[in-house]
Amino acid sequence: MRLSQKNYAIDLGLFPLGSCTMKHNPRLNEKLARLPGFADIHPLQPQATVQGALELIDELATWLKTLTGMPAVAMSPKAGAHGEFCGMMAIRQALVARGEAETRKRVLVPASAHGTNPATAVQCGFIVDEIKANARGRVDMDELKAKLEMSDDIAGIMLTNPNTCGLFETDIKEIADLIHAAGGYFYCDGANFNAIVGRVRPGDLGVDAMHINLHKTFSTPHGGGGPGSGPTVLSDALAPYAPVPFVVKDEDGVFRLVEDMEGDASESFGRMVAFHGQMGMFVRALTYMLSHGADGLKQASEDAVLNANYIQARLKSVMTPAFDGYCMHEALFSDAFTADGIETIDIAKSLIDEGYHPMTMYFPLVVHGAMLIEPTESESKAELDRFCDSLEAIARRAAQGDETMKGAPYLAPMRRLDETQAARKPVLKWTPPETSSVAAE
Amino acid sequence: MTTYYTEDHEWITVDGDVATVGITKYAAEQLGDVVFVEVPEAGASFAKGDDMAVVESVKAASDVYAPVAGEVVEGNAALADAPETVNEDPEGKGWFCKLKLVDAGELGSLMNADAYKAFCDGL
Repeated sequence: MRLSQKNYAIDLGLFPLGSCTMKHNPRLNEKLARLPGFADIHPLQPQATVQGALELIDELATWLKTLTGMPAVAMSPKAGAHGEFCGMMAIRQALVARGEAETRKRVLVPASAHGTNPATAVQCGFIVDEIKANARGRVDMDELKAKLEMSDDIAGIMLTNPNTCGLFETDIKEIADLIHAAGGYFYCDGANFNAIVGRVRPGDLGVDAMHINLHKTFSTPHGGGGPGSGPTVLSDALAPYAPVPFVVKDEDGVFRLVEDMEGDASESFGRMVAFHGQMGMFVRALTYMLSHGADGLKQASEDAVLNANYIQARLKSVMTPAFDGYCMHEALFSDAFTADGIETIDIAKSLIDEGYHPMTMYFPLVVHGAMLIEPTESESKAELDRFCDSLEAIARRAAQGDETMKGAPYLAPMRRLDETQAARKPVLKWTPPETSSVAAE
Repeated sequence: MTTYYTEDHEWITVDGDVATVGITKYAAEQLGDVVFVEVPEAGASFAKGDDMAVVESVKAASDVYAPVAGEVVEGNAALADAPETVNEDPEGKGWFCKLKLVDAGELGSLMNADAYKAFCDGL
């Protein structure tokens, strides 16, 4: 009990980890996921006995397809990067079907991308080609055009929108058109879909594949509370290559799992998981959708953007916004405002003393000493103000070069850890403390 | 011996047809405490700009690019057990590998010490 109270959780306060989207996890989600009809079933049960569960998967798939404007969705990927893998494998399979798998090897990835994007591309056998950001934090269109004109080996592009700088890629439609004209596919990293749900449908932007983090956008637990879940929507061009298994509804109203690569699934790239995906997360995500409704989901994304802009507006006089103008669902600052000797990590550690979990730091890499703050939509103005008051005071100390910040945190159960030694000389085995046998008894 | 620099913060010191490559003091400072280094093995060959080595700090993991084309004669094996050498002496004992050059003409596209200093001042 006492150990649990030393922990920090989204229930206890703001969790401003940018790019991670630490959303409130409604208790109703948990209640429904524990209903015996969902919790006490087994993936190998006869399908006739789990029609309700299959219907729920189908219903959630319908919501995801509607919200993204995409015709198909693979439900089985188990997290964001797994969804990326699904989408890129579908692209690879499409290239195989076109007879171009050996010639189209290059995948364009912006410098600000999540590290999983280039890693996924390489895992699927592609070669990564980085595109720089322009001064506005968006894809440099001149460089993109130059790269596309130069070559005929483009497999596709992997782009996050809103991007990891918390900015909407305003040229996204043109980017999609250029990639398609070059014979490639458009993978959109949906990690930040929570900023645009109900406002923009990725299908309308020319996206061919996009994973959706149920543990970000649709309020299922994130981090230690996981597991994650990364359903991946696919365009008409990629839908035939979707992985098995998937749920179909027969004409007689019976839900059926397509598990073998034949019939509807004859062109599938294969199977990614043993069973059908993260059933418990499906229940939670659909609960969230049904309790909010389409209008509520739209408001959630609008409020997420409003909250982030409120933080940016309140702090821009004492901290340095990385880019001009409004942000989307997360506010990004550089360390330009700090005095010499005070770094981003000192600000993050000082926040712990104020009772907050730190923001994301040193990411994205394109911004020096980056501090990425994502408040999420469920925080009230009072809570945002309290957070901003704390961070504002810390920022002023950082600007004045307050050396005491180098020792923070002072008030946490653990003082500052030696991350360098932990990485260079990790202690990976627990060794029992030496105690006398008498004392142990 | 002449030392050249790249915009990606590698240095390359040429002695005859063999060059020693590492990352600059500026790069080491920006990365912070280096905790892991992976250097290429002898025999590996790279084109100019290829990913050649990996350096990981408490802040970030970065690729190190081949400043020019060449074949690796020797990797600095000592860095595996002592990655801190990259912080302590980046342009000396913290070298990454020795390259046998393919085309010395490629060096012409790199910066000299003064140009690199001006480049860093502008960052």
